[in-house]
Amino acid sequence: MKKMMALLLVVLMVASMTACSSDTGNSSAAQESSAAAESSAAEESSAAEESSAAQESSAAQESSAAQAQVEVMSYEEYMAAELDSEVCVETYVQAKQSYYAEQQTATLYTQDQDGAYFVYDASISQEDYDKLVPGTKVRVTGYKAEWAGEIEIMDGTVEVLGGEDTFVAEALDATDLLGTDELIDHQNQFVSFKGLEVVASVDEANGNAEVPFLYNYNGSGTEGDDLYFNVSKDGETYTFVIESYLCDSTTDVYKAVQGLQIGDVIDMEGYLYWYEGVNPHIISVTPAEG
Amino acid sequence: MRKVIFCMILSLVLGLCGCHGSTKSLTAFTPPEEFDTSSTYEITFWAKNDTNATQTTIYKKAIEDFQNLYPNITVTLKLYTDYGAIYNDVITNISTGTTPNVCITYPDHIATYMTGDYTVVPLDTLLTDEAYGLGGSKVLFDSPSLTEMIPQFLEECRIGGGYYAVPFMRSTEACYINKTYVEALGYTLPETLSWDFIWEVSEAAMAKDAEGNFLVNGQSVMIPFIYKSTDNMMIQMLRQLDAGYSGEAGEIEIFNDTTKDLLYTIAEHAGTRAFSTFKISSYPANFLNAGQCIFAIDSTAGATWMGTNAPLSDIAEEALVEFETVVMAIPQFDEENPQMISQGPSICIFNKDDPQEVLASWLFTQYLLTNEVQIAYSQTEGYVPVTAKAQDSDTYQDYLSRAGEDDELYYDVKIEASRLLLDHLGDTFVTPVFNGSTSLRNAAGELIESVTKSMRRGETVDDAYMESLFDEVTALYHLDQTEGLASGKDDLGPLPQTSVILLSALAVVWALMIAYALWQRFTTKKKKSS
Repeated sequence: MKKMMALLLVVLMVASMTACSSDTGNSSAAQESSAAAESSAAEESSAAEESSAAQESSAAQESSAAQAQVEVMSYEEYMAAELDSEVCVETYVQAKQSYYAEQQTATLYTQDQDGAYFVYDASISQEDYDKLVPGTKVRVTGYKAEWAGEIEIMDGTVEVLGGEDTFVAEALDATDLLGTDELIDHQNQFVSFKGLEVVASVDEANGNAEVPFLYNYNGSGTEGDDLYFNVSKDGETYTFVIESYLCDSTTDVYKAVQGLQIGDVIDMEGYLYWYEGVNPHIISVTPAEG
Repeated sequence: MRKVIFCMILSLVLGLCGCHGSTKSLTAFTPPEEFDTSSTYEITFWAKNDTNATQTTIYKKAIEDFQNLYPNITVTLKLYTDYGAIYNDVITNISTGTTPNVCITYPDHIATYMTGDYTVVPLDTLLTDEAYGLGGSKVLFDSPSLTEMIPQFLEECRIGGGYYAVPFMRSTEACYINKTYVEALGYTLPETLSWDFIWEVSEAAMAKDAEGNFLVNGQSVMIPFIYKSTDNMMIQMLRQLDAGYSGEAGEIEIFNDTTKDLLYTIAEHAGTRAFSTFKISSYPANFLNAGQCIFAIDSTAGATWMGTNAPLSDIAEEALVEFETVVMAIPQFDEENPQMISQGPSICIFNKDDPQEVLASWLFTQYLLTNEVQIAYSQTEGYVPVTAKAQDSDTYQDYLSRAGEDDELYYDVKIEASRLLLDHLGDTFVTPVFNGSTSLRNAAGELIESVTKSMRRGETVDDAYMESLFDEVTALYHLDQTEGLASGKDDLGPLPQTSVILLSALAVVWALMIAYALWQRFTTKKKKSS
């Protein structure tokens, strides 16, 4: 009798828990789904400069529909196009800044033999994004926009053309262009700066201490945030940035900047980004040669 | 054998208790009677600053001062510069059980955090605890009492019948105006701004000379009206018109005729380029300070960026233009009954296995409400302290009275922005909080961004466009899937029928077992007696 009871109990226990756990699973899935929806929305509202990705995704769909009607432009034609007009270029990926999986949008630095195009939050599948390496040829269709001086393609779609036609830009030495009106003609291009001296930044969050770099532009951040540092040439000071989406805190360049000292003389490479003036996104910092 | 059966039954009961309705091991927080000062506690504080270095300094000092009072508590600060990033990280960490202890947040976000059982600590009991509650007898610092909290701000942290956060700072939106240009265009600022006034002046500012430069500023760039947060723009316009946005229980009401009418008006002015947004053009402050914008609407917490003499600026010094800055409430439809949003950071506490750790978190949270922290932080931007204790203090009143003494601590635009909220506390509102309210907020902004972009791109904005836009936005933000208010104690509905049957069978077996045991006992006694 006792054995029978025990056996019956075991069977019932297993059966009860099975029935219950399957329902718990459903509940959990529903919660995750709900959280995912919210998470998606939050990402869209997160970074100031990251305009709503969903919105761009939406516009990207419209852009996609009109894609067939837009002629592929040369760099010259692209630059001559009106702001807010639809543009289409065939260009080559130089670097991938970020990918928003929820919205399936990417931000890319691209360039061809004539000039560079910053592609902001354009629609592309994860599968296609994974195919992108420096040099990959892509067709980008979207709208020409200007945000704080940065000319970019927004609300776009990226089509991977691939193939053997590849192009990786050599860094243009822009050292002597610093402080000139000509510099902006090379906006977004892969450039280098040579023999610049690191000068002090003022850390407002630490009693206005003079430091070689800052987390965020004024020291209000912590490790993992963008790094800002000042360099000097001919008595003029310029602020360069390690954009954390492009080069996070695990990268060599991030660590190299964390190791800078005031007075170091360095060579740098990066993309000639613009924010209310030149604001290069640096990807390489080395001690100056010679 | 009895032991075996007992263990099986125990495991069965525990298993059933554990499996229904929860995948987490956390249990409801019960406040300890006494804070254990003999153990050490490490708590994490995820905070948001407005890329304002002084705010970072204040957080660090608050932590240092608190740790001096409670040497057994170590607080680790992690800084963010936007609420969305905090939200995303919290969501990620809920699933791994690695949430922070204390977190700056929006009530909207808490509603989603609460989808996990007991994830967020309800504060009702803690707030009123005699020993460790606000102003409690065993709190080692001068914390505000419950009655010294501004009731309206505290009420904004009530979610689903309980308090799940405390307010940290409050702000609203303000219209920062280039008065010099308004008057140059032949207008006089009214006592209360109206939407009609802003649209009219903005269109007047679009006049150009023969070279294509704008007459009002002589420059090639002029966007007379720029709105930073278009979600707030839509929400406040709808509220002012008493039109639908959302119901208290999370009903989506935004897709209505009033919304359409508002979008047509916005589209009209986007089409002439008299209106634009932050997402499309950049920070309103940059344009305002360069003399390229007349009406810049942004948070009062962005006041230190506004005006010719603003202490913070992103534009080159040579681009700055001299003008008189005036701070006014956002434009209204009904000037007699102004309405504006109440916003700003709140603080929530995440539950942990050790109630003492939660109590340590609560003590730190409470420390952030002390006058030292409240007044210092509110002075960094156009914020307002959330306690009457701080607002009424001599220190704070002195600060307010010294507007314009310098362009740093006493920057007049910043203090005017704070005054704006203090003068309009009764005119502020918040939107209902529910699981999905964040998505709805984003959708509200998306509607304005979309029509603005479409007009700039020469697209047709008509009824067909509106219908399509509403459908797209509904789908993009999953507004047809919102669940309404979340709670840590969701009603999970009745048990599944299979479980009911099996549990009933268990009850029958129990009854049989008890009957069997009694029968055996009876027969044993009988044998002994015989």
